[in-house]
Amino acid sequence: MWYLCVFYHRLLDYRRPEVESLAELFGGPGAGDAVEWRMPENHHEDSPFHLVRLPGDERFAAQVANRSLLVKGIYELWGHGTTYEELEKSIMEYPDERKLPHLTPESTFKIVVDTFGKVMSSQEQNEIMKSLTYIPFKGRVNLKKPEHKFFVIETDDYGSNNGLPPVMKRTIFFGREVGAADRHLLPMYQLKSRKYIGPTAMDAEMAFLMANQGLARPGKLVYDPFVGTGSILVAAAHFGAMTMGADIDIRVVRDGRGPDCNVWSNFEQVLAIHWLVRVVFLDLLLINYWLLVFNQILDAIICDPPYGVRAGGRKSGGRKILKGVKGPYTVPEAKRDNHIPSTAAYSLAECVHDLLHLAARMLVMGGRLVFFYPVLRGEDGSSNTQFPEHPCFKLICSCEQILSFRYSRVLLTMVKIAPYTEEIKKMAEEQHRDFRENHQKWLDEGNLHSAVFSPAELAPDGNSKFDRDSKPKYRGKYV
Amino acid sequence: MRLLTHNMLASNVRGVTSGYPLKLEATNWCTKEVDLNADFIRGLLPKIDWRALVAATRALNLPELLPEEQPSEEEIFAEGAANVEGSAIRRIHHALLEIHVQQGALICPESGRSFPIEKGIPNMMLHEDEV
Repeated sequence: MWYLCVFYHRLLDYRRPEVESLAELFGGPGAGDAVEWRMPENHHEDSPFHLVRLPGDERFAAQVANRSLLVKGIYELWGHGTTYEELEKSIMEYPDERKLPHLTPESTFKIVVDTFGKVMSSQEQNEIMKSLTYIPFKGRVNLKKPEHKFFVIETDDYGSNNGLPPVMKRTIFFGREVGAADRHLLPMYQLKSRKYIGPTAMDAEMAFLMANQGLARPGKLVYDPFVGTGSILVAAAHFGAMTMGADIDIRVVRDGRGPDCNVWSNFEQVLAIHWLVRVVFLDLLLINYWLLVFNQILDAIICDPPYGVRAGGRKSGGRKILKGVKGPYTVPEAKRDNHIPSTAAYSLAECVHDLLHLAARMLVMGGRLVFFYPVLRGEDGSSNTQFPEHPCFKLICSCEQILSFRYSRVLLTMVKIAPYTEEIKKMAEEQHRDFRENHQKWLDEGNLHSAVFSPAELAPDGNSKFDRDSKPKYRGKYV
Repeated sequence: MRLLTHNMLASNVRGVTSGYPLKLEATNWCTKEVDLNADFIRGLLPKIDWRALVAATRALNLPELLPEEQPSEEEIFAEGAANVEGSAIRRIHHALLEIHVQQGALICPESGRSFPIEKGIPNMMLHEDEV
């Protein structure tokens, strides 16, 4: 069945993939691909109004909407038009057998007037509600807990100059709400109320979106090889997944900032608020990220690799690699117990290569790898990058989050489609030899820090080479 | 550290060919109750090294918890077994997910290198001369 899907005007690239992932989560394999989309007439792709066909009944649509973060509502569309006269005609044409069961005398209902891109006074809203007399509402009004919520949503035909997606004709939608996102969980999980955060802690909304892309749910095992303060796994654990995290820095995971301020306390704090007796599924490890022996045991790997803009990657191996010291480095026997090994810089290319390799080996077939990948935006604002590839994986979506006019990060979601073979293992080993032998070259090549933070080069006419108008005005970090 | 995690870990000290399974030494451990999910156990079981799991429970002085031989699938996933106190699936669930080793060590079977477990976190980091 086709529904009207109204999104929040946020994180535009993440909206459709989230609905598709949740369809897969509740509908089983293939359900995500079965989702179809259309745009209402005269609407731009960035408009919040989309028409969606979901495989399944209304309960299924409600499940998808309720678990999502970016769906403001999924509605059974009763009518639409560019004027209220057209709307009336459209609603009257909608079959009675679909309408009447929701208008019975014993039901309770409420009508909400909503707008996008314009403001309406409560008087105007009242007038619109009163104009709906042609719909035979028989039930009682209940504003607090109605059985049925009806929405009148109006958009204006603003020009292209007010920062919103252009080419949108004035449209009025009328529909019955089937489900809506529960964004109440965001304030509870927001980073500022968490005890232990680091410089690169993932913000709560993004962490939940990542958990949705990774299909986190009870009975699934989710792994984050760069766990840090645990901000990504908290979201996966909220959805009931069993989580496992690893990190290379003993000070971050073992010590934190004291006995009540560490990764464990984060989990206890945020989850305890809600799941009174819930025991947290978290296991932490301190390893050189890639050391797990079994193949095909994880259902998802969700992570934010250190790509060298705010925090650089480190790997086992010690400083000697950097300083070019060839001789053996031995740790004195007496100091072995509490010795914290030094680490070497980890180039982005090597880190991502290792991540894909680990995922190919450890994920079950159909398991998901969800991670952020940095992208430098070109002078014209384009970001045509080759994303990492692996024979075991199929990329199913890439969602860009624009961080500055110079760079973005892209959330890649990959599905494991082919088994891990000896041949793939050999290829990875060869690649590794190259990483070891040309350590410095790889480090320099993947150095994003200077590309992102160095002063802008000026073109001959004195203007910055970067065109600040290269992206639509309404696009930004959160849109 | 849960025993599930122990089951997935190996030593990778330079020169060691098969650092598995790690010998568990626990000076302090506790249990935390977790909801049983039969489908999760069903997916996990074929991937678990049973002998390593049994060895780990013996190391915790729980000789009665798991039998030497893995029970058959029919027995483990018998109808209603999840609700029966002491059934095979309950014991497996308990062993894999409810036991947390807080303090102790993991010993590499080949090189004898000891990896400490502190505050429930196994430290598998290698020193510079072991990589």
